[in-house]
Amino acid sequence: MGLIEGIFEPGLIVTSVDWVLNWSRQRSIFPMTFGIACCAIEMMAAGAARFDLDRFGAGAFRATPRQADLMIVAGTVTCKMAERLRRLWEQMAEPRFVIAMGACAISGGPYHLHAYHVVKGVDQIVPVDVYIPGCPPRPEALIEGLLRLQDKISTRTIAKQAQG
Amino acid sequence: MNSTEIIQLLQQQQGPALAAAVADGLHPHVVVPADRLMAVATVLRTDWRLRFDLLRCISAIDWPAKNTIELSYDLLATARGHSFAVKVLLDRANPRVESLRGIWPAAEWHEREAFDLMGVTFLHHPDLRRILLPEDWVGHPLRKDYQYPTEYQGLQLNP
Repeated sequence: MGLIEGIFEPGLIVTSVDWVLNWSRQRSIFPMTFGIACCAIEMMAAGAARFDLDRFGAGAFRATPRQADLMIVAGTVTCKMAERLRRLWEQMAEPRFVIAMGACAISGGPYHLHAYHVVKGVDQIVPVDVYIPGCPPRPEALIEGLLRLQDKISTRTIAKQAQG
Repeated sequence: MNSTEIIQLLQQQQGPALAAAVADGLHPHVVVPADRLMAVATVLRTDWRLRFDLLRCISAIDWPAKNTIELSYDLLATARGHSFAVKVLLDRANPRVESLRGIWPAAEWHEREAFDLMGVTFLHHPDLRRILLPEDWVGHPLRKDYQYPTEYQGLQLNP
């Protein structure tokens, strides 16, 4: 939740502001530099010239959580890393998004059984918006996940939501 | 020097300290009692014919049936081009041995790893903390009888 979400009545002006906000947010997702295992190699490939994440406005990898909108958890999350990962996520400015990239981040992957030190799914620590399966996912898969995240962002609104 | 010559040299210098010696095979080594490890290591490091200046690895092996934890120090002499290994057998219930940090600085982190994952205590180590696992971890995971935890700080580990 950002500063202005959920405080306006729905209406024509709100809808137009929504459109502008979502349009700009979709096209300037700054990911955090957060490669923690081999999936990071594919993430780097996606950011480099051949696949070029900058075409979708998501090529500006930030080295600090305070400038980032998106955390791509690209790799195996160990128990020791879990606390750090949660703290980095808490330092990100809202609205913030998380992509779980690869089998390890989704469920522990090859470490699901018989591993004492791996978190079985990063969604135990932070809320995940998009899951990208693969071991590792190819750069095209990461781009697909990013486009699905853009779809998700396009449904956001600053109008008041019905209380459920 | 080949392995046979190295063992002969060690036997001359440290005769009764060697419990066993293997000169052939893939992993030539000597086995020494824990209290003589420091003396043997000093000879290996300082004797001008040996000059083992590089500690490549400290491997810890758990043998529950023999009630033993085995440490294997793999050495390389970069100038001489020969390599060798020293083994020491420790009591599994209370494995403790003198730290070789003062002879090979590389031993500091190798010994922390053996402490972290196997629970070997290195006496007079300057900074014997866990190196890989979190500080509040319980147990030493590479022991054969290690019980896997079901959760760590609220995270479900074995679904």
